[in-house]
Amino acid sequence: MSGADPVLVSPGTPAAPPRANGELVFTEPWESRAFGVAVALHDAGVVDFEEFRARLIGEIDEWEGSHPPEDDGYRYYERWLTALERTLLAERIVDPASLEAAREAIAHDWEHDHRH
Amino acid sequence: MSHDHDRVHDELALRAAALEAVLVEKGLLTTDQIDAIVERYERDLGPQNGARVVARAWVDADYRERLLADGAAAIDELGYGGFEGDTMVVVENTPDVHNVVVCTLCSCYPWPVLGLPPTWYKSPAYRARVVAEPRSVLREFGLEVPSERTIRVWDSTSEVRYLVLPERPPGTEGMDEERLAALVTRDSMIGTGVPSLPA
Repeated sequence: MSGADPVLVSPGTPAAPPRANGELVFTEPWESRAFGVAVALHDAGVVDFEEFRARLIGEIDEWEGSHPPEDDGYRYYERWLTALERTLLAERIVDPASLEAAREAIAHDWEHDHRH
Repeated sequence: MSHDHDRVHDELALRAAALEAVLVEKGLLTTDQIDAIVERYERDLGPQNGARVVARAWVDADYRERLLADGAAAIDELGYGGFEGDTMVVVENTPDVHNVVVCTLCSCYPWPVLGLPPTWYKSPAYRARVVAEPRSVLREFGLEVPSERTIRVWDSTSEVRYLVLPERPPGTEGMDEERLAALVTRDSMIGTGVPSLPA
């Protein structure tokens, strides 16, 4: 009844032992910030992680519902960041005006940095 | 093409930075707190933790039983409890059953034992296809599961996280826990792989 063992088909498949830094967890620095902010807000009791998760699920569902399966523009942490923004706005933890002001100030700084 | 990529990421980076700046300004969190969390998830939490759990279960039959009966409690014994690992169900591969884990709705994953999920685990393609056609998806991972072996797909939720207890590879009889743990790959604990064979 019991079959043969599952085997790795291609011997070249990487099977390195897992290490802490074996693989990049985040591909862009902003992803790690968006992740860290959400977990820090949970740790601080500011955000209910289940509420955030429900919004994340909604964001993912919405994206998948409006893009064909072959669309490769899916970015998980973009959905994460959008869900986080919407949670904080809905709970009135941040307001749109200060978010916009911070955004403009940072954009200005970055542009300045780029010119030098 | 790469210009578009840069512009999209600049825009997302700007949104993330603005959100962080407002929250720091309001005193709800500090940059140091965020740094510490990121560092912890990049450095301390990862599949090396799950590998130690698996290796312990391979050498200690009582531990294995506790692990299968109450995953979170047994994992906690080794010091790997915590956020997103509160309710852990450990599913055991046997000669008759191969287990594989997915989160169809988002990206639920046992952070304390595996760290953060790889990109493919979060992709729409994996999440949809591993449920519909697990055998061919596993083949794409390079894993041929014999046809007589049942494949069970476990869908993670916010309440329950799954960890696969893979079979101990043949030829490892005399190995100690540490050497065994080095054979346990991340994918073997998700079910998209099997442990490495001893060199």
